[in-house]
Amino acid sequence: MIELSVNGETRQVDVEPDMPLLWVLRDELGITGPKYGCGVAQCGACTVHVDGMAVRACQARIGDLAGAEVLTIEGLGAGTLHAVQQAWIDHQVPQCGYCQTGQIMQAAALLDMNPAPTDEDINKTMAGNLCRCGTYVRIREAIHAAAAKMAEN
Amino acid sequence: MKDGMTFSRRAFLFGSAAVAGGVAFGPAVFAQDMAPPLPQGAAPPAATINPWVVIGPERITVVTPHADVGQGVASVQAALIAEELDIDLDQPDVSFGPPDPAYANTGLAGEFVPFEAYDLSPEAEAARKQAADWIASQGMQMTGGSSTVPDSYDKLRLAGAVARETVKAAAAKRSGMAVADLTTEAGQVVLPDGTRIPYTELAAEAAAIPPVENVALRDPSEWRILGKPMQRVDVEAKATGAMKFGLDLTLDGMVYAALRVNPYKGAGLNGYDAAEALAMPGVSSVVEVTNGIAVIASNSWYAMRAAEAVKCDWAQGDYPPDQSEHWAVMEASFADEHREKIWRDEGDVDTALAGDGVIEAEYRAPYLAHQPLEPLSALVLVTDEGAEIWVGHQIPNAVQGMVAQITGHPVEKVVFHNLYSGGSFGHRLEFENIRPAAEVANKMRGTPVKLIFSREEDFLQDFPRQLSMARLRGVAREGTIEAAEFLISSTPVMASQMGRLGMPVEGPDAQTPMGVRPMSYGIPNLRVSTYAATGLSPVSSWRSVGASTGGFFSESFIDELIHAAGLDPLQARIDMCKIDYHRKVIEAAGEMCGWQGPLGDGKGRGVAFVESFGVPVCEVVEVTATENGIRLDNVWVAADVGPVLDPVNFQNLVQGGVVWALGHAMNCELTYAGGQVQQTNYQAHEGMRIHQCPAIEVRGLANGPKIRGIGEPPVPPAAPALANAIFAATGQRIREMPFNRFIDFV
Ligand code: FES
Ligand code: FES
Repeated sequence: MIELSVNGETRQVDVEPDMPLLWVLRDELGITGPKYGCGVAQCGACTVHVDGMAVRACQARIGDLAGAEVLTIEGLGAGTLHAVQQAWIDHQVPQCGYCQTGQIMQAAALLDMNPAPTDEDINKTMAGNLCRCGTYVRIREAIHAAAAKMAEN
Repeated sequence: MKDGMTFSRRAFLFGSAAVAGGVAFGPAVFAQDMAPPLPQGAAPPAATINPWVVIGPERITVVTPHADVGQGVASVQAALIAEELDIDLDQPDVSFGPPDPAYANTGLAGEFVPFEAYDLSPEAEAARKQAADWIASQGMQMTGGSSTVPDSYDKLRLAGAVARETVKAAAAKRSGMAVADLTTEAGQVVLPDGTRIPYTELAAEAAAIPPVENVALRDPSEWRILGKPMQRVDVEAKATGAMKFGLDLTLDGMVYAALRVNPYKGAGLNGYDAAEALAMPGVSSVVEVTNGIAVIASNSWYAMRAAEAVKCDWAQGDYPPDQSEHWAVMEASFADEHREKIWRDEGDVDTALAGDGVIEAEYRAPYLAHQPLEPLSALVLVTDEGAEIWVGHQIPNAVQGMVAQITGHPVEKVVFHNLYSGGSFGHRLEFENIRPAAEVANKMRGTPVKLIFSREEDFLQDFPRQLSMARLRGVAREGTIEAAEFLISSTPVMASQMGRLGMPVEGPDAQTPMGVRPMSYGIPNLRVSTYAATGLSPVSSWRSVGASTGGFFSESFIDELIHAAGLDPLQARIDMCKIDYHRKVIEAAGEMCGWQGPLGDGKGRGVAFVESFGVPVCEVVEVTATENGIRLDNVWVAADVGPVLDPVNFQNLVQGGVVWALGHAMNCELTYAGGQVQQTNYQAHEGMRIHQCPAIEVRGLANGPKIRGIGEPPVPPAAPALANAIFAATGQRIREMPFNRFIDFV
């Protein structure tokens, strides 16, 4: 039995220690915001925060996460919309939307570290998040908008 | 276009019907022998109503039968209805509806006839009408071919208008006022004294009166929603994680199934050893499916991990095992016996090409994968009474039919639930997920089964884009292109894809000439011929289909000829273009970028113009040759779809189409070895990532004769515009995709 915190709640799971966090969240805990896209750290669709850092949930072994604090898109806004989510809606970033929960989690982590990223910073940090629909132009715009909004508050 | 015209609801066989306390409006399906026109005085036949609009006592529901694979068509269909129904876009529930022949997509008709989209001659229009009637008679409910808007534009607005007028008639009856004195707003009928009656309150009364016969559609100048920035109905759920994709669904008692199917596509399974897999945690059983096995487990990851551990002995397939042999077949296909058709033969090409100075070139385009980010899946429950399937798919009735055939239930006992899909690009027109999911669930009756594809399995089973090649010759003299001959060979897409659907097509492949044949340049001696390279990999529609390769060939080679003639690439295209609304698109792209001829300083601009799916699109790509390779700086796109219904989504789709096309042209190919593709995850086929993405500016024009869809047309011009830009910047002419085999990108 492994115990960890997910979106502020303590959860216990009884699975193989090798199981990636992604599949614990999705199939054991029913938290489906983190998506499966590649399983090999190539797409970023599974991105969540573990102890405040953006992490590919498909690569994090649950056996290494006892006591960890995991934040998924479901907990990001803590009941309201996070500035990044609001910017995503205002700029209508999503097409199919499948990559976007991972994009948003990565973007939120970027803004935590770097409140006023340049295009260059965005390109560097977001390069691991694939969008097959090609929404990158809007992702850049939305990150700048969210950064501006967060700077106001 | 017919704005402001009055339609009879009979033109579309509209009807209304009472449904649980409310009223439904939509296309009526009449029993065959009762089909209108009715004999004078006959009572209207009983009809099944397949709704587009349902006004219930509590809620208004709009049904949007075209599948939403990310292109936003749920929103645009809802907006078409909402515009005329006088409701706000956030008011109704939006439902995909059941599979039904009444939702046949007659907007596909243009793709079924051998006439250019700009040919509006009576013969061409008659052929389109005939094709539309055939589609309707077949009940072909298929999303594809960038046809949702053309199919829905009149039908859905009319559905909204008929519903609105009928509800008004019910309000008139109740209040004793004249219909002409009533107005409607935000889902309410407004009486002259300002009293407001919600549609939902009038639903039962509206069901009791006949639907209003003749309604006029509003002129676009009166639109409240269409043509203005609107918020897509799905965008919030997609930003919060609330959206449930197929892979996210669960049912009580559900098991997970992971697949291994012979990667030598179409070949069988000789035998397998699942002992190791069966001993792994979470695994309950291994089930045989067509050409493979599925591992059943209590978690997706347990299932996928164990599926990899099954030792499979695969049979040999019937196409050549290795890529070099595919190319050899392709090269040999340029022979009379493989020629499908000479589509255009103007002037005297043979004489023009007999002299000196003939420019010759060979172009190639590889197989490519679709690989939308949500891998294939399907959730199926089969019982002795019937079956239910939840899956995002573009051909609902074919899914229903396939499940019925596998389970042995009558079709009407198969319930199909369409879903928002995490991308498609043509992938969800196929059935690699449907068949094994239904087979497994049928063997496990009573247990819901969610079949999931690992990314690797998805790559292996994906029917790729056509392999294609062009042999091109031309003559250019100072200031003019005198002759061009385009010989194009492809693995025929339509034969492969429609064959799998059980609807084999005859005759020359309709997609092979696309991107080339519609060319609207006046070249005095011009020939376009296509060939079929058969016996190769099965292939499928990949966003923009034939034009994705044909457009690269034609617009790159035209660029070669323009340079040989000493002309300016933009101005020459403008001067050669014979169709006004096409030329305006080229001019617009030139104006957007401030075209000024060669840039120097390692910078280059390339232009390309391709019409596909009836949409002329011109793109200019600007690159810089840096020490670390080519950097993409800017793209300007002008496209003419007629009135743009959802401007934000239009821009988003054009940007996405450009990224899609450029990323694959730069970085991707699928190659076969031992009968299976060698690329099985994104590191080997990643498309474009954000750091390679240029700024992309978009303009919509509305000079064309018909309304069109934008899902695919931005794709074909992007690759040639980039190749032409690289030539302008470096002098290097790239004639084969992917370009990164010949030049580095930043
Ligand atoms: S699923 Fe984790 S990076 Fe793709
Ligand atoms: S929106 Fe579809 S993959 Fe990003």
